[in-house]
Amino acid sequence: MPTLSLHDVRKSFGGNRVLDGIDLTVRTGEMICLIGASGSGKSTLLRCMNLLEPIDDGRILLDGADISEPGLDPQPIRARIGMVFQSYNLFPHMSALDNVMLAPRRVRGLTREALRGPCAALFERFGLSDRMAHYPDQLSGGQQQRVAIIRALAMEPEIMLFDEITSALDPELVGEVLDVLRDLRGTGMTMVLATHEMGFARDLADRICFLDQGRICEEGPPSEIFSRPREARTRAFLSRVLQGGMAG
Amino acid sequence: MSAPTRRQIFETRQRRRANGIAAASTCAVLVSVVLLVPLAPGWEAVQRSFFNAEVFANTFPGLLNAFLLDVAIFAWCAPLIAALGLLVALARDLRTPALYPVRLLAIAYTDVFRGLPVILVIYLIGFGIPGLGLPRPWNSPYIWGSLALILVYAAYVAEVIRSGIESIHQSQRAAALSLGLSGADTMRFVILPQALRRVVPANMNLFVALQKDVALLSFIGPVEIFRQAGVYKSLMANFTPYVGAAIIFLAITIPATRYADYLMNITRRTQS
Ligand SMILES: Nc1ncnc2c1ncn2[C@@H]1O[C@H](COP(=O)(O)OP(=O)(O)OP(=O)(O)O)[C@@H](O)[C@H]1O
Ligand SMILES: [Mg+2]
Repeated sequence: MPTLSLHDVRKSFGGNRVLDGIDLTVRTGEMICLIGASGSGKSTLLRCMNLLEPIDDGRILLDGADISEPGLDPQPIRARIGMVFQSYNLFPHMSALDNVMLAPRRVRGLTREALRGPCAALFERFGLSDRMAHYPDQLSGGQQQRVAIIRALAMEPEIMLFDEITSALDPELVGEVLDVLRDLRGTGMTMVLATHEMGFARDLADRICFLDQGRICEEGPPSEIFSRPREARTRAFLSRVLQGGMAG
Repeated sequence: MSAPTRRQIFETRQRRRANGIAAASTCAVLVSVVLLVPLAPGWEAVQRSFFNAEVFANTFPGLLNAFLLDVAIFAWCAPLIAALGLLVALARDLRTPALYPVRLLAIAYTDVFRGLPVILVIYLIGFGIPGLGLPRPWNSPYIWGSLALILVYAAYVAEVIRSGIESIHQSQRAAALSLGLSGADTMRFVILPQALRRVVPANMNLFVALQKDVALLSFIGPVEIFRQAGVYKSLMANFTPYVGAAIIFLAITIPATRYADYLMNITRRTQS
């Protein structure tokens, strides 16, 4: 059953055509990795998927319903789609636990008491039990990013979007965040990731989409994309980044 | 504690030397001021008129008492200014078409009241409205004078708060919205708490200015410290009461301004 599908999605900023006819179907339980050069439109595509950016043309369907209808209230849709950002974006004036509880309390109407158990379980699961009362500036980058993931998961989203969530981390902290993604993958969470971690994408993705100038230039299982890319541009991109030492 | 390093020993000696020189030169200047100023021609007249110990002792308690009125006016204006300033700042960010007039009004309000001299607003409202022949107690200059101060200062506070709101990075908004929070909740729980914290020092400076401008109400009636000092001056034909009033103001405003600067430095450090 398809969960989220995009049909001929277009988006421009001023005269700059950033998404130029994207067709993509994300099936339930699937993990898709978006790869592509800087500026190819990966972040914009993710932001359009949870309606942070309105699209100019085309359609986005969630469980068959058109969520890209202009004028539609985006709030309930965003609550069903979790997003994690490159720069963590934790709320600096709240403890880790309050960061996690805010949206479930305000959007789902749950009380602190009702949330304490499930939230503690999430912190426990990702090895942060002793950090719940800490403020973001008292946490390492890796810990902050894990709290950001917990914050998104606490809304019990149907789909999770990740925008280069390890790019701002010191190299030795990347592993702990990738472990979280691995854990989520194991639970069958539907995920779309923009990533530069080619090794991770090759090992875990169901499908790789190579974005180039706002189009999906090539897509397929990692075994094909990484070993036998059909398009010359995919080959050029991969040889560039794999040479750059990102193969690990 | 371990033994001091060579560098620490050197720096300690340097510091001691610098402090010694600074102290000596300050003393030299002070001594020469104390010795030389009284020698200046006309010093006696200045002293008699501005620094008269007897007049000071006789008027200072009365001045302190009058200053309580300044503090009281400040105390009832400040919370109203904070509330109105916040409302206007939020009104300027309204995006609902039906509320466009409210937004327009907020913009016009801040432009007008930041563009007028405080004393002019006090005369217009504080003299003008009671002059319409309102019945007691509605003709009180306390009410209308306070309203004038509130209107002017809330306009400045609104601008400060709005600059705070605009200084919060767009990514905070995106993160809140991506969780499904409404626009109002995003403002209330995510943007505003951070923005208000950031503008505490700037607002403190505004409230120091307010405490000083309360003295302007003396022009429309209330016998607060400035007016009281004027009464004493006429009575004793001496300016020392004004110096006394100045000392009382400085005792409040200098520590408050220093504290605001201190907070400003902390905010700047934690933001960078
Ligand atoms: N809010 C915006 N306003 C104007 N232009 C934008 C905006 N957001 C993105 N762009 C432009 O859209 C293009 C694609 O940006 P996007 O961030 O989606 O790329 P990306 O693939 O995520 O790149 P990176 O790997 O560097 O994150 C860029 O040219 C960028 O300048
Ligand atoms: Mg990006």
